Amino acid sequence: MNPFDYARAAGAAAAVTQVAASPRAKFLAGGTTLIDLMKLHVETPDTLVDIGRLPLDKVEAVAGGGLAVGANVRNSDLAYHDAVLARFPVLSEALLSGASPQLRNAATVGGNLLQRTRCPYFRDGVSPCNKRAPGSGCAALGGHNRGNAVLGGSESCIATSASDMCVAMAVLNVTIKTQGPKGERAIPFADFYLVPGETPERETVLDHGELIVGVEWPALPAGAKSHYLKVRDRASYQFALASAAVVLEVAGGVVTTARVALGGVATKPWRVPDAEKLLVGRKPTAEAFAAAAEVATKGAVPRTFNGFKVALVRRVIVRALETVAAG
Amino acid sequence: MPPDPDPDRRDFIQGVAAGGLGVALLSTAGPGVAAADPPTGPGRAIPVQLTVNGQDHALTLDPRISLLDALREVLHLTGTKKGCDHGQCGACTVLVDGRRVNACLTLAASVAGSPVRTVEGLATGDDLHPLQAAFIKHDAFQCGYCTPGQLCSAVGLLKEAHATTDDEVREQMSGNLCRCGAYPNVVAAVQEVRLAARDAR
Amino acid sequence: MTPAVGKPLDRVDGRQKVTGTARFAAEYDLPGLAHGVIVTSTVAKGRVTAFDTAAAERAPGVLAVVTPKNAPKLRPTEPFGSSETKPVAGTTTAPVLQSDQVFWYGQPIAVVVAGTLDQAKYAAHLVRVTYDAKPAELTLDSKGRVFVPDKVQQEEPEITIGDAEGALTAAAVKMDHTYTTPQHNHNAIEPHATVAAWDGGKLTVYDTTQFVFGVRYDLATRFGLKLDDVRVLAPFVGGGFGGKGGAWPQAFLAATAAKVVGRPVKLVLGRDQVYACVGGRTPTRQRVALGADAGGKLTTLIHTGRTSTSTTNTFTEQFNFPARHLYASPNIHLAQELIELDVCPPTFMRGPGECPGTFALESGMDELAVALKLDPVELRLRNDPDKDPTRGTPFSLRKYKEALKLGAEKFGWARRTPEPGSMKDGRLLVGLGVASAFYPVYRMPSSARVEVTAAGTALVQCGCQEMGMGTATAQAQIAADLLGLPVDRVKFELGDTALPFAMVAGGSSQTISVAAAVTAAVAALKTALLALAEKADGSPLKGLKAADVAFRDGGLARADDPKAGESFGAILARAGRKAVDAKAEVKPGDEAKKLSMQSYGAQFCEVRVDPDFGTVRIKRFVGAFDVGRVINAKTARSQFIGGITMGLGMALLEETHRDPRTGRLVNADLAEYMVPVHADVPALEAYWVGDPDPHTPMGAHGIGEIGITGVAAAVANAVYHATGKRIRDLPITPERLMSAARESPR
Ligand SMILES: Cc1cc2nc3c(=O)[nH]c(=O)nc-3n(C[C@H](O)[C@H](O)[C@H](O)COP(=O)(O)OP(=O)(O)OC[C@H]3O[C@@H](n4cnc5c(N)ncnc54)[C@H](O)[C@@H]3O)c2cc1C
Ligand code: SF4
Ligand code: FES
Ligand code: FES
Repeated sequence: MNPFDYARAAGAAAAVTQVAASPRAKFLAGGTTLIDLMKLHVETPDTLVDIGRLPLDKVEAVAGGGLAVGANVRNSDLAYHDAVLARFPVLSEALLSGASPQLRNAATVGGNLLQRTRCPYFRDGVSPCNKRAPGSGCAALGGHNRGNAVLGGSESCIATSASDMCVAMAVLNVTIKTQGPKGERAIPFADFYLVPGETPERETVLDHGELIVGVEWPALPAGAKSHYLKVRDRASYQFALASAAVVLEVAGGVVTTARVALGGVATKPWRVPDAEKLLVGRKPTAEAFAAAAEVATKGAVPRTFNGFKVALVRRVIVRALETVAAG
Repeated sequence: MPPDPDPDRRDFIQGVAAGGLGVALLSTAGPGVAAADPPTGPGRAIPVQLTVNGQDHALTLDPRISLLDALREVLHLTGTKKGCDHGQCGACTVLVDGRRVNACLTLAASVAGSPVRTVEGLATGDDLHPLQAAFIKHDAFQCGYCTPGQLCSAVGLLKEAHATTDDEVREQMSGNLCRCGAYPNVVAAVQEVRLAARDAR
Repeated sequence: MTPAVGKPLDRVDGRQKVTGTARFAAEYDLPGLAHGVIVTSTVAKGRVTAFDTAAAERAPGVLAVVTPKNAPKLRPTEPFGSSETKPVAGTTTAPVLQSDQVFWYGQPIAVVVAGTLDQAKYAAHLVRVTYDAKPAELTLDSKGRVFVPDKVQQEEPEITIGDAEGALTAAAVKMDHTYTTPQHNHNAIEPHATVAAWDGGKLTVYDTTQFVFGVRYDLATRFGLKLDDVRVLAPFVGGGFGGKGGAWPQAFLAATAAKVVGRPVKLVLGRDQVYACVGGRTPTRQRVALGADAGGKLTTLIHTGRTSTSTTNTFTEQFNFPARHLYASPNIHLAQELIELDVCPPTFMRGPGECPGTFALESGMDELAVALKLDPVELRLRNDPDKDPTRGTPFSLRKYKEALKLGAEKFGWARRTPEPGSMKDGRLLVGLGVASAFYPVYRMPSSARVEVTAAGTALVQCGCQEMGMGTATAQAQIAADLLGLPVDRVKFELGDTALPFAMVAGGSSQTISVAAAVTAAVAALKTALLALAEKADGSPLKGLKAADVAFRDGGLARADDPKAGESFGAILARAGRKAVDAKAEVKPGDEAKKLSMQSYGAQFCEVRVDPDFGTVRIKRFVGAFDVGRVINAKTARSQFIGGITMGLGMALLEETHRDPRTGRLVNADLAEYMVPVHADVPALEAYWVGDPDPHTPMGAHGIGEIGITGVAAAVANAVYHATGKRIRDLPITPERLMSAARESPR
């Protein structure tokens, strides 16, 4: 790691001021992404402002049955929170499918939202990588890209968004609350992440020094069920090869609400609105699910070693939908 | 005469401002030895109060040092192991505020004020922690290198109380790799202690 | 007293291991200890044209940046296998730090030494290197030099009996396929580490090694020292699996750095550096072709193929060894060739040769069984030879059929319905597969010292190794029985070149090799003790010969009258001594030349396959082994299930990816190179036949490696049974299963 100064944040506002003051300063939460990447010299902050003890650690009900969750709530605490278990199983399942129990004890909501890709060429610190060293090229395009994305990529970058939590949050219609040098914002989840395009180094709409204070989401429709399904080689402690978060409401024998998001296959948590539209108003049959899965992967660009993910994620979507439909 | 291998030496490098130490020792060094400037810019050493296994340590540390390296290199509590240094193996698992975490991805500075418990703090005097005894009985290790991490992780698991079946224990222990392949025996040991604790209640 | 040997005793070092007091190499602290961090090359071949070390040298805490420009001159190493008499252990002939040449991507090229680890790591990152890079040969299909090695582990590389190809053409039923296994890396959880300290011209190192005497020899050679001036200690080693079998660079780099800075240096490889500069298991490409008559008797057996070695070592993965001994066949052709690549030298990894070899051979046997419409257990029973099929020698012990039947019974093989895809568990496909396990019996020279005290305790010493096998426990059990003492009165010391000589803990040879030395030392001790009593008036042992007395209950007694004896205390007190000791050095006899000495087993696997996702989960696994007498039932079981676990990783998960454009390993960490985790491994079962081998010390065989052999084939065969899909390239990944076609049996 390069040398840096360490300070504990006195409060949210102070933390924002401290980070905003220096272009190379960073917030430190659980550290499971940031310290890892600092050891790899991929992240090289000169100042760490430790926000880990700021009291952004509440899970609170919001009017109408939604939840408001502080940025510092640990992944394990959120996963086992009664309200999450009871009403938003998709989020609990997603969180518990990620990393390991000890990592989840450290990882925070804020940090998880901003975890970085696991693309090996990004992490190695030496290969051409437009995300790490803009303009240097992309070693993954012609390299070992099994883990890389088939959706949302560009010829600059095909880095997969690694988070499981975020895939669930995509179907919960989360709003991200921030406090930054320019004041407070509420950013809809759909607007938060950027696809790589020509500027893969830019991953979100956040400004430098903008602190995530929490996330909030509304209740699901009364009859809706939700589920997260993740497929990987190892039975645990592995990022997704492909995953799907689904919310499905069936009334009178037809789908009334459908939300589907994909993980492990795209450059950001990947909602598939066309597939959702196709489902609404149809009977929840295997054919309808298969058709939705087909639409969901339209435009997928398979690379040398990740082509199987197109078929795989379709099957994951179908299975996840079948599982919720079966109750 | 081999050099003194005494692990309890606390008197030399404390991992502290060793830049200065480097300068002091330059005269003894041979060719190719560089002149070490005193640190400028970021990276100033900071005071850190660590509480490990009930003992307080007032240290001055490089902000970069992980909890793992602080335990191993500064406090010479080498029971906690380093297998990957990147959160990928669990060998460094310790309990901070009673919760299991990976010490390699935790800055020492960020746990100041929180009690840390390591494998050295599991037994009470000569009495092994029930998990330690069960690990021996079930041969839940071979080389023993992943073992301190498995033990601390299992202590955390029992406290969290989210695992009941063998499959749940397996899932909840999956953050601890064992290349020797003692997994089935670890599960047996954890289950024995879990059931005994349940029956005692 | 009932014998200790055979009992499932707890490990004697268990308490140290569970309390964190067992100390590993990196955990020795010395006054003035500095930290070394290596810099590795970022090209696969060529030379370094310039080092820019200015920024690193200026960085806080830096004591030295050691490059070929300022490194002390070292002599060349003597490579592993280059001598039959000296404990040579060099893993690479690359003149690391002695020239600007680069032989593989990740080769160490500099060492940065600083006061703290963080300082050293940061400064290492500041070293800038420019190269003159040359095109590199990196894959089995590249233009590297292809050749047939002179010997394969002291055996002929090629064996031809009859006309194997002709018999294949003529065979009533046959199979002929190519199988591949990728590079694997050991991934012991303890990374390679050395603490090195000089005291004048003497060098002491704590090293992560399976071979303290080999590392000592290597360091003495490189630094031009007398053997006695180098001491190597490795009291505990955090897993080896072959990856710590030779002298890997960390040891001499730490010693070099320590010499330069005039302080003790600790050098621990980062996990990525373990991948970069410690070799793994070579990839293999193997052809297996089998022909049989209609009755299921083999008429021909062909096993050939290619593995890689490097430009700086010659290592042959002896994949065709199982085929030399497992099955009877009138026609046999076994051959292997090497390709020399610009890669980190490949090395032994648990079950070298036998492990990838059994994947191919035992998949082939399954394919033949399918073609014959014969039960695969039955096929193996029908081809059991009555003498060694390639050497013609009798077997020292062969309970292969017994192991096969034992495993089949414990596993419940009878419930298997032969048709692929015929067994289901809800949506999941169920598959049951079997494969043979095989590993040779190796024995090496060893020595030991035994001492008994007036207090009735014994100390047994040998510079062998503990990496998890339970060495100290097993040897204490053996010594306790020989000495007539309870196990808790016997202490076994190991892992130090100040102790009697032992060879590498490899080839599953250590237990019996050391047991032979301990046995001989105890015999010598008996003579020494008796010498103190045989002339003493009043001693019940007076006038007796060694053959007439036996160790019993903490003393010596007449063999024909256990009550007529004396305790060690009594004998020693009369002689005015506190202790008596004896040493012995033992070499194996010629039994391995006259007999075929092998271990066998059978692996049974039950899988669940998700037909949509191509994911495979292990439901049940049973291994049954023919390994002679088992010394400790508890630690032996651990060795077997540990081997099986690593085999499951090989079957489903493990592959080291090398970027063919650069030579860089892409997944050199424990997140991307996947070893099995808890959730991948069900309760595993291990059984053994248990008949002792009359021709080995203690009647035992080594057991560290056989557990991994055959596992990948058992899994692949189970996957075939579940899906009708034959995966011939490891690992069996979702994409391979998704794209493979069902094969319909002819
Ligand atoms: C071995 C391993 C395996 C893993 N496996 C999985 C997996 O299977 N699935 C999965 O989803 N994840 C996985 N993870 C990733 C893990 O979930 C993330 O590392 C974690 O969620 C990050 O949270 P943190 O609090 O530790 O973040 P930190 O590392 O503290 O921070 C990450 C980033 O977010 C910024 N940041 C943090 N909090 C805020 C805030 N409030 N406002 C603004 N910026 C902030 C930091 O500056 C930093 O840039 C794995 C990680 C490891 C190491
Ligand atoms: S995919 Fe993106 S992160 Fe990966 S190498 Fe290419 S640019 Fe870098
Ligand atoms: S050393 Fe911390 S997880 Fe491996
Ligand atoms: S006991 Fe060796 S790694 Fe677990």
